[in-house]
Amino acid sequence: MSPDRIRSLRRGVLTLLVVAAAYEAIARSGYFAPALMPSLGTVAQTLVNSILDGSMLHHAAATLYRVVIGFGLAVTVGLPLGVAMGRFRPVEHFVLPLSSALMPIPSLAWVPVFILWFGLGDTVTILIVFYAALFPMLLNTWTGVRSVNPIWLRAAGAMGANERALFWKVIIPGASPFIITGLRQSFLRSWIAVIGAEMLAGSDWGLGWVIFDAKEFLDTDVMLASLIVIGCIGFITEHLVFGSIERATIYRWGMARAAKG
Amino acid sequence: MYDVVDQLASPPLRVDAGPLRRATRNAFPFVVVGALWEAVAHLGPFPAQFFPSLETVAATFVRLTLNGVLPHHALDTLIRLSAGFALAALAGVTIGILMGRSRRAEDILLPLVSIGAPIPGLAYAPLFLLWFGPGNVSSVVLVAFVSAFPIIYNCWTGVKAVKDIWLRSAQAMGADDRRLFRHVILPGALPYILTGLRLGLAQAWRILVAVEMLAAVPWGLGWLIFGAQEFLNTDVMLAGIAVIAIIGLALEKLVFQPIENFTVVRWGMMS
Repeated sequence: MSPDRIRSLRRGVLTLLVVAAAYEAIARSGYFAPALMPSLGTVAQTLVNSILDGSMLHHAAATLYRVVIGFGLAVTVGLPLGVAMGRFRPVEHFVLPLSSALMPIPSLAWVPVFILWFGLGDTVTILIVFYAALFPMLLNTWTGVRSVNPIWLRAAGAMGANERALFWKVIIPGASPFIITGLRQSFLRSWIAVIGAEMLAGSDWGLGWVIFDAKEFLDTDVMLASLIVIGCIGFITEHLVFGSIERATIYRWGMARAAKG
Repeated sequence: MYDVVDQLASPPLRVDAGPLRRATRNAFPFVVVGALWEAVAHLGPFPAQFFPSLETVAATFVRLTLNGVLPHHALDTLIRLSAGFALAALAGVTIGILMGRSRRAEDILLPLVSIGAPIPGLAYAPLFLLWFGPGNVSSVVLVAFVSAFPIIYNCWTGVKAVKDIWLRSAQAMGADDRRLFRHVILPGALPYILTGLRLGLAQAWRILVAVEMLAAVPWGLGWLIFGAQEFLNTDVMLAGIAVIAIIGLALEKLVFQPIENFTVVRWGMMS
C-alpha cells in the first residue's frame, strides 16, 4: 500500500470513530431520551440477539423473497418486451407511449390502490416491486437493442445467420451493457420499493415492516439494527452480485467502454 | 455508487410521419387500454367502488380541481419537493465539490457517504419521524437527505474528471485559485453536476409521495391517496395518481430533458 492510501485509510477510520464517539456521547448525555437515541452497544446487542433468535433472518428472508419474485417477474416481462420493442416497430409504437405515461408515477403511489384491490400482504408488495423494476429493465433493453450496430446485423445476415443465431450471437451480446445497466437499476428500484411497500402494506414479516412497526413501540434500537441489515444487503448485492455479473459478461466481451456510458 | 447513471441517453426516435399520424399513433394504445378498463369496470366482477369507470374518475378529477382540493394538494407536494431538493442541491453540490477538490475532505466524508448511500431512503423515514416528529420538517429533511447522495456522487466524480492537463495549463498561464475554479473546474464538472441534480430530483420525486403517506402531513398528493383508501374512494385515489403522473411528466419534459439536451449539445460529453 502506498503511503497515500494508508493516510486515506487512517483518516477514514478516524472519521468513523469520531462520528461513533460523538453519537455515543450524545446518546449517553441524556439530552435525548434513550428510547429515541439508544447507545451503540444497545443497537449491537439488539442486532446480535435478533440474528441469534432468527427473527432478523426471517425478516430479511421475507423481504428478499418479495424482491426476488417481483424483480424476476419484471425481468421476464421487461427483457423480451424490450427486445421486441427494439426489433419490431408496431410493438414499439404500442408500448412506448404507455410506458412513458406510467413511468413518471412513483411505484409507491400505487400502494393504497393495490391494497384496495388485492388486500394486505405479499401480492401488493410483489406487484409494487414489479412496477418499480419493470420500466428501467424495459427501456434499457429497448435502448440496447436499438444501439446494436446495424453493420453487425447485416454482416451476420450476409454470413447466413438465421433469426435465432442473430438474436443470441449478435443482439443479446451487443445490447448487454444496456441490459446489465437495466438489471442493476431495476434491482435498486426494487430494493427501494420493497422497503416502502412493506411499511405501507405491512404484513407480519419484512425489514421495512419491522422498522415501521418498531416506531410504534419506540424501539429505536430495533430500527437501527434493521437499517444496518438493509444497508448490508444493499451493499452486498450492489458490489458482489452485480460487480461479478459485469466482470463475467461486459468485460469479457470487451464492451466495458459502452457500459460506462 | 448508487444511481450515478440513471438513464442512458437514448438514441433519437426515428421520426418518419406527419404530426397527425404521430398523434393518432401515440393515442392508440391509450384508447385500447381505456376501452379494456371500461369493459372491466362495467362488466367485470369488481364493485364500482373498487374499480370505478373512467368517467367517474374524470368527474371526480374535475370536481376536485374546481373546488380547489386537488390544486391545494398538488401545490403542497410541489413546495415540499422544491424545498427538499433545494436543500439537497445546496448541501450536495458543496460537499461533492469539496470532496473532489480536497483530499482531506474526501478521506473524511467518503466513508460516511458510502455507508449512508446503500440504504433505501424510505428506511430512514420512521427514524426521522421519531427524531423530528411527523409533519413537514421530517418529510422535507428526509427528501433532502435522500436526494443529496446522487448529487454528492456526481459532483465528486465530475470534479475528479476534470483533466489534469487543463488545470496545469491554466496554472501555468497564471490563473489563481478562484479563476481556476470558475473558469476551469466548474465548466469541466458541470455536465456531471447537472446529471447529479437531475438524478437527485428524480429520486426526490420518487420517494416524496411515499414520505407524505408515512409522515401524516395535512396536505399533499401522497396523503390524499393514502387518506382516500380509508374511505374506499378509489376514484379520488386514481384522480390523485393522474395528477402525480401529470407532474411527473412535466418534470420529465420541462426539467430533465432540457438539462440533458443542454449539456449534450453544449459539451457533447455525456456519452
